[in-house]
Amino acid sequence: MSELTADDVKKVASLARLTLAEGDVARYQEQLGNVLNYVDRLDEVDTTDVEPMAHAIETVNVFRQDEPRDSLDREQALANAPQTDGTYFLVPAILDEG
Amino acid sequence: MTTTAFLNTPELLDQLQSGEVTSTDLVTTCLDRIAKVDDHIGAFLNVDRDAALQQAVNIDERRQAGETLGPLAGVPVAVKDNICANGTRTTCASRMLEEFVPPYDAHVIQLLRQADAVLIGRTNLDEFAMGSSCENSAFQSTRNPWDTERTPGGSSGGSAAAVAAGMTPLSIGSDTGGSIRQPAAFCGVVGMKPTYGRVSRYGLVAFASSLDQIGPFANDVTGAAFLLEALSGHDQRDSTSIDCPVPAYSQTLDQPLGGLRIGIAKEHFIEGLDAEVEQAVHAAVDVYRSLGAEVKQVTLPHSQYCVAVYYIVAPSEASSNLARYDGVHYGHRATDFENMVDMYSASRGEAFGDEVKRRIMLGTYALSAGYYDAYYLKALKVRRLIRQDFDRAFEDVDVIASPVTPTPAFKIGELIDDPLAMYLTDMYTISANLAGTPGISLPCGFSSDGLPIGLQLQAAPFEEERLLRAARMYEREAEWHTQRPSVPSHSTS
Repeated sequence: MSELTADDVKKVASLARLTLAEGDVARYQEQLGNVLNYVDRLDEVDTTDVEPMAHAIETVNVFRQDEPRDSLDREQALANAPQTDGTYFLVPAILDEG
Repeated sequence: MTTTAFLNTPELLDQLQSGEVTSTDLVTTCLDRIAKVDDHIGAFLNVDRDAALQQAVNIDERRQAGETLGPLAGVPVAVKDNICANGTRTTCASRMLEEFVPPYDAHVIQLLRQADAVLIGRTNLDEFAMGSSCENSAFQSTRNPWDTERTPGGSSGGSAAAVAAGMTPLSIGSDTGGSIRQPAAFCGVVGMKPTYGRVSRYGLVAFASSLDQIGPFANDVTGAAFLLEALSGHDQRDSTSIDCPVPAYSQTLDQPLGGLRIGIAKEHFIEGLDAEVEQAVHAAVDVYRSLGAEVKQVTLPHSQYCVAVYYIVAPSEASSNLARYDGVHYGHRATDFENMVDMYSASRGEAFGDEVKRRIMLGTYALSAGYYDAYYLKALKVRRLIRQDFDRAFEDVDVIASPVTPTPAFKIGELIDDPLAMYLTDMYTISANLAGTPGISLPCGFSSDGLPIGLQLQAAPFEEERLLRAARMYEREAEWHTQRPSVPSHSTS
């Protein structure tokens, strides 16, 4: 596969919502590029007609009774939040005012 | 009394039951040992002395009152700091969760409380369990008790080092690609990854959900069996937890297995394997031969691809799991940002360490448009081939014996700047996570530098009982587990 570029690193960091220091991009480019070159060896393996295996123990449709249970109370749910007004999680404004 | 924590679990339980030792005595001994040696080792991130003693006093009082107590009553267990305990800070060794206090117990914590174990402290790890040396902890490095210039392994290095240095007889960790077995090997203790689904993951902070599994550390196989028995069982809150009976591992452990068939795979003895490790593993296999086991060659032709598969699958799952850290519901929030998206990016950029960022980016890349088929889907297909190799091998043998790691413990700083080289140190442990099979690491000798060497035994899914009995057969014969490091300590009395 083609070499990982600095722009690829920036793009993927943006998709992953990670601010990177400009000075770190080259290092990540080299390190991630090495790993991607290494995993390219999977191309050697013939996987014709092989089903992908997403889980080690393949269980399907685990059901349980839909019974109401207690959940966390508001105070507990908000206790770890960086910013709350005591009732809601507070976030920066998403829409422009006006 | 300083060696009490080196006693094995049945001895401790006997002494506690007979009243020869109280839990308060035992916990005090462990806490004193921590105070004395952990400045040099750095196994613990957080020890709440008063809370630990309070649990011990409580158990002693209930014992005095003639109450029926749980199977681990009064025995200290240290917990890797990525397993939630209600009201106890659970940091994952990350700045992201530096102040996070879970409002609930993980299933295994509930089970340990029901077993009347004493939760003695929280152990160090690589940030979010991503790493093989504990050097990725945002807070401290842990040192190997056998040589403090070396790493204890990782990611559950704190839990392994705590047992090795006699600070606790038991601990728990999590294993996603070898994070229990590799540090167990480096520290000369016993560590086990159960079958995927054997132990509930509810309350384990998720790294790679199809690979993560919680398991025990102990100073011998018997301790691991007692602890695994306490941790295992079905839990509705983890939909991948399997509803099948838990054998009484601790009761059958000492029964040797007649007609045991041990498998050896040529793919495990390849370039890069340290000669002393190779020798020690072959010597261990000879011990099995002398005990009447049949040794057979098996083949695992896709094992050479396990590291490549893992470094697609695990980061892909991690990139998805760690998307929850958005600076809104819990975790770090940046103070300087322009808008909502910038708040996410700045918070995550500030609070995640290098390795976590690398894995999130790798996973995001592998899952992104145009690369999904080439990377993620391809890796899942090879993952099935790896599992099929094991299925075929376990038709012929009961247990596969191999090294745990290509070399004994490496030095602190040796591999930290070369992520790929660090990843390759997990080449013998990763396949068990991909295949979902159980594996155990137990001591099988020492290098000429005096560093422990681990023997890995793997079995078919849900064959933990057989695995533990096979491990115990060797341990009883070889007795490497009785060797202890001489840990540097304060000169305080």
